[in-house]
Amino acid sequence: MKIIVLIKQVPDTTDVKIDPETNTLKREGVESIINPFDMYAIEEALRIRERLGEGEVVAVSMGPPQAEEALREAVSMGVDSAILISDRKFAGSDTWATSYTLSQAARKIGDYGLILCGKQASDGDTAQVGPGVSMHLNIPQVTYVKKIEKLGKVSALVERMTEEGYDIVETPLPAVLTVVKEINEPRLPSLKGKMKAKKCEIPVWTAEDLSCEEEKIGLDGSPTRVIKVFTPPPREGGRILQGDPEEVAKELGDLLKKAIIG
Amino acid sequence: MKETDAIIVIDEKCVGCTLCVKACPFGAITMEDKKAVIELAKCTLCGACVEACKFDAIIIQKKEEAKAVDFSLYKDVWVFAEQKKGEVQSVSFELLGKGRELADKLGSKLCAVLLGDGMEKACRSLIERGAEKVYLVDSPHLKAYQDDPYTKVLTSLVAKYKPEIVLSGATTIGRSLISRVAVTLRAGLTADCTGLDIDPEEKLLLQTRPAFGGNIMATIISPNTRPQMATVRHKVMKEAESDPSRKGEIIKEEFGEDALASRSKLIDIVEEMEETVNLAEADIIVSGGRGVASKENFSIIRDLALVLNGAVGASRAAVDADLIPYSHQVGQTGKTVCPKVYIACGISGQIQHLIGMSSADVIVAINKDPEAPIFKVATYGIVGDLFKIVPLLTEHFKKTLAK
Amino acid sequence: MDYLLTEEQKMIKDLCRQVAEEKIKPVAAEYDEKEEFPWDIVKVLAESDICGVYIPEEYGGLGGGVLEMAIATEELSWGCGGIALAFAATGLGTYPILLYANDEQKKKYLPDIAAGRKLAAFCITEAEAGSDAGSIKTTAKKDGDHYVLNGTKQWITNGGEAEIYTVIAMTDKAKGARGASAFIVEKNTPGLTFGKKENKLGIRGSATREVIFTDCRIPKENLLGREGLGFIVAMKTFDHSRPGVAAQAVGIAQRALDEAVKYAHERRQFGSTISSFQGIQFMLADMAIQTEAARALIYSAARMIDAGCKDIAKISAMSKTFASDTAMRVTTDAVQIFGGYGYMKEYPVEKLMRDAKITQIYEGTNQIQRGVIASALIKEGLGKSR
Repeated sequence: MKIIVLIKQVPDTTDVKIDPETNTLKREGVESIINPFDMYAIEEALRIRERLGEGEVVAVSMGPPQAEEALREAVSMGVDSAILISDRKFAGSDTWATSYTLSQAARKIGDYGLILCGKQASDGDTAQVGPGVSMHLNIPQVTYVKKIEKLGKVSALVERMTEEGYDIVETPLPAVLTVVKEINEPRLPSLKGKMKAKKCEIPVWTAEDLSCEEEKIGLDGSPTRVIKVFTPPPREGGRILQGDPEEVAKELGDLLKKAIIG
Repeated sequence: MKETDAIIVIDEKCVGCTLCVKACPFGAITMEDKKAVIELAKCTLCGACVEACKFDAIIIQKKEEAKAVDFSLYKDVWVFAEQKKGEVQSVSFELLGKGRELADKLGSKLCAVLLGDGMEKACRSLIERGAEKVYLVDSPHLKAYQDDPYTKVLTSLVAKYKPEIVLSGATTIGRSLISRVAVTLRAGLTADCTGLDIDPEEKLLLQTRPAFGGNIMATIISPNTRPQMATVRHKVMKEAESDPSRKGEIIKEEFGEDALASRSKLIDIVEEMEETVNLAEADIIVSGGRGVASKENFSIIRDLALVLNGAVGASRAAVDADLIPYSHQVGQTGKTVCPKVYIACGISGQIQHLIGMSSADVIVAINKDPEAPIFKVATYGIVGDLFKIVPLLTEHFKKTLAK
Repeated sequence: MDYLLTEEQKMIKDLCRQVAEEKIKPVAAEYDEKEEFPWDIVKVLAESDICGVYIPEEYGGLGGGVLEMAIATEELSWGCGGIALAFAATGLGTYPILLYANDEQKKKYLPDIAAGRKLAAFCITEAEAGSDAGSIKTTAKKDGDHYVLNGTKQWITNGGEAEIYTVIAMTDKAKGARGASAFIVEKNTPGLTFGKKENKLGIRGSATREVIFTDCRIPKENLLGREGLGFIVAMKTFDHSRPGVAAQAVGIAQRALDEAVKYAHERRQFGSTISSFQGIQFMLADMAIQTEAARALIYSAARMIDAGCKDIAKISAMSKTFASDTAMRVTTDAVQIFGGYGYMKEYPVEKLMRDAKITQIYEGTNQIQRGVIASALIKEGLGKSR
């Protein structure tokens, strides 16, 4: 079975800090990483390949040239091959254009049984690309997958996480599955994987390679537009209560009374 | 930079003040020979630099705007009312609250869309909360959420009735469903909005949401497509008041087997609610961090939560140290909560945790480290030993709340 | 710091550091407390191809040498010196095979070790034969197509957990230094049993047991090299593994230094952080100087060995001696910098001090090492003065 894993390179938000002087994001030294949720998708794809005893895992990422690092990292974890979707024309893509572009890539790769991705990306947090890809390709989706119970050639039985627990869903294949943290524990790269990643060729596919319609990609293909970016007013620190434990506990209790009783 | 690039710096106007460099959230701008240079590979055309430049030296060049579509046919603000097990979820009431505001500003109607099985009575609650019309689709196929039928039905309704704005809760259902509808309709969709407003001039929906884990806010519009779609998280907006005297219209729509068919099959629904108080819904949360140190000690956190009738939360550090299960984790990789009172005990307040709880009304921090970042966002802070203070608080509330 | 490592060596270093930080460090205290064997970590090392770092490619390894082994050992030891031994002591037990096995033996045993499926252990020490390795009493008597082993080996790291044991036993007492031979013994061989797990001061995440041979029959094919080569096998094994022990020591020292620097920056007394006090600063500087010097000596020794130099005994012994003495000093100073907190088990440094001590003792005590170095110096001196 061919499994496509869609991954995104994002800034490591654990490193992101606000510069207190300019009140903007400090970007120096902020590393780029694979979107944490996509790591689970990569791991699941590798586990499926191990489970079936056969299969090919292809990692695909749409991004600027540096997104190649993320793809190489995926290869070092054991992914069979990787493709970078990159073109100046994709700049400014919102989730509609992105999911269209990625679906074109999936079409070009062809013959896939599953498309996996993380439930959302840690920079945009929209969770829209997975469903978008499923719609563009007109294949079923299951989102928030926390376990793949059974996997056959034409269908899969999965657990879809809900606020109260989970649903058990049977879906025909091919399908798009977006996965959550609960599904597995991603492996570390292996040395052999790292060496393969260093040497492997990662082709770059452009808008032309994907036969993308110009008006569906980049800024033009994006129905949404950012018109303003601002830093939120910092939440102000309040009072520090002083005194010995009994005193502060009482003071706090009284202060909270209104909020608690309502 | 070529003249035909999507974004250009007009060198003659650039004075080298570096305001744009500082404004760029993607580190795409550097100074070369005192002129700003934008690295197109990193630029996402977000426009922050255009805003920041006092000299109008940066412009984003768009291709000719698509011929203005006549959007006058699109009217009304729609709220997708989510139901589970026949009950309308409270997030829908919050959306009706906001929707009313937006509808008023636009001078249009507020409507709700409800899909389910045997939901006619539930329409009443939507009307009481302000929906002037409720589009109801009742069918056994729609009893529980399934991607295909819900997508087809909602898409059809929107295509038929042409609402100007469609709002939905950013729940697992909402996010899965609305993304699909938006793609089919080629409509702009903004997820997890924390703010919604109407631009007075253009009458466009202004959708504000956090990015980069909440470090930056972005305002987004969907100028050239309709409807303008947005999802909003639970507990971000205020619920609409319920007024039993309100009147409204229920419009029933029927759909054939084709539209209601589903490629995937829902085999079972399993509930796994451990705690009696749902963390995401709770108004009061007492949370423990690594400072609580042991599983046994977490009982003092639970005790306080119990007395306050609140839920127990935890930081990732506490969950990773195996002090409490992951279902209690609050933060970037856990749950986002919006309680009235959030009491953080032994939690340092790393950004990943703050992302999950910083919208609480009142934040209380108890930590022995005076430098802990949590004190910067706490309404009330106590630098002290949580093992002494938390039990004292529990005692205090036992007495005062018992009255 | 740029140690001018190759891409591959950097990869090994980075990956082992990742394993140390993400997988080993979080559980080190627990394994130290409970004295359990870290099979979980062995699994991670196996999956990441780290177990085969020093084993030739044709047997499934990465084909690295002593330097690669040292790099991996240092980083894993940074996470925990005890847990790292599952890997490092396997290296010690594998060197006899790497250096003296014939092709068939290598094909039989190395792939499993490289893949992390099996661990190894080296057995020479006995109750009455520590530094005086020549006094071992375990015997291996030829009996037709077999050898029969009798005797008890003491304090064997990975004893009881390893599948493959390389054993030095006396085949002909009369021949003295040429009377011992080296053998491979597999775990489930009848007649091979293990003593209780030793309760140790440090490296408690590793298993140390007696290995007992009672009429233990092994096929004659399990003889390594020829009869009589036993002590030479042992000596050459130690020459190759000493930089590994040194690396373990440097890993522990580096960790102690890192923790001390971090703590000094957090701890405030007299209105400022203690890192602003010269007394502390000078201590940290000395700790860093020694750790860096130890590392340089290890790399030097490892590079020489990997380049095929013949006279490696002296430099190998120097690297082990200096690194282990350094680790003891650095970890003790780290505890001192932590002050009262350093003495408490809740804080990580007391464990580091306990772990460091063994590096001055095993694989040849530092006294023996000094003897080796002195002998080499004298021999060289005699050679020069002609």
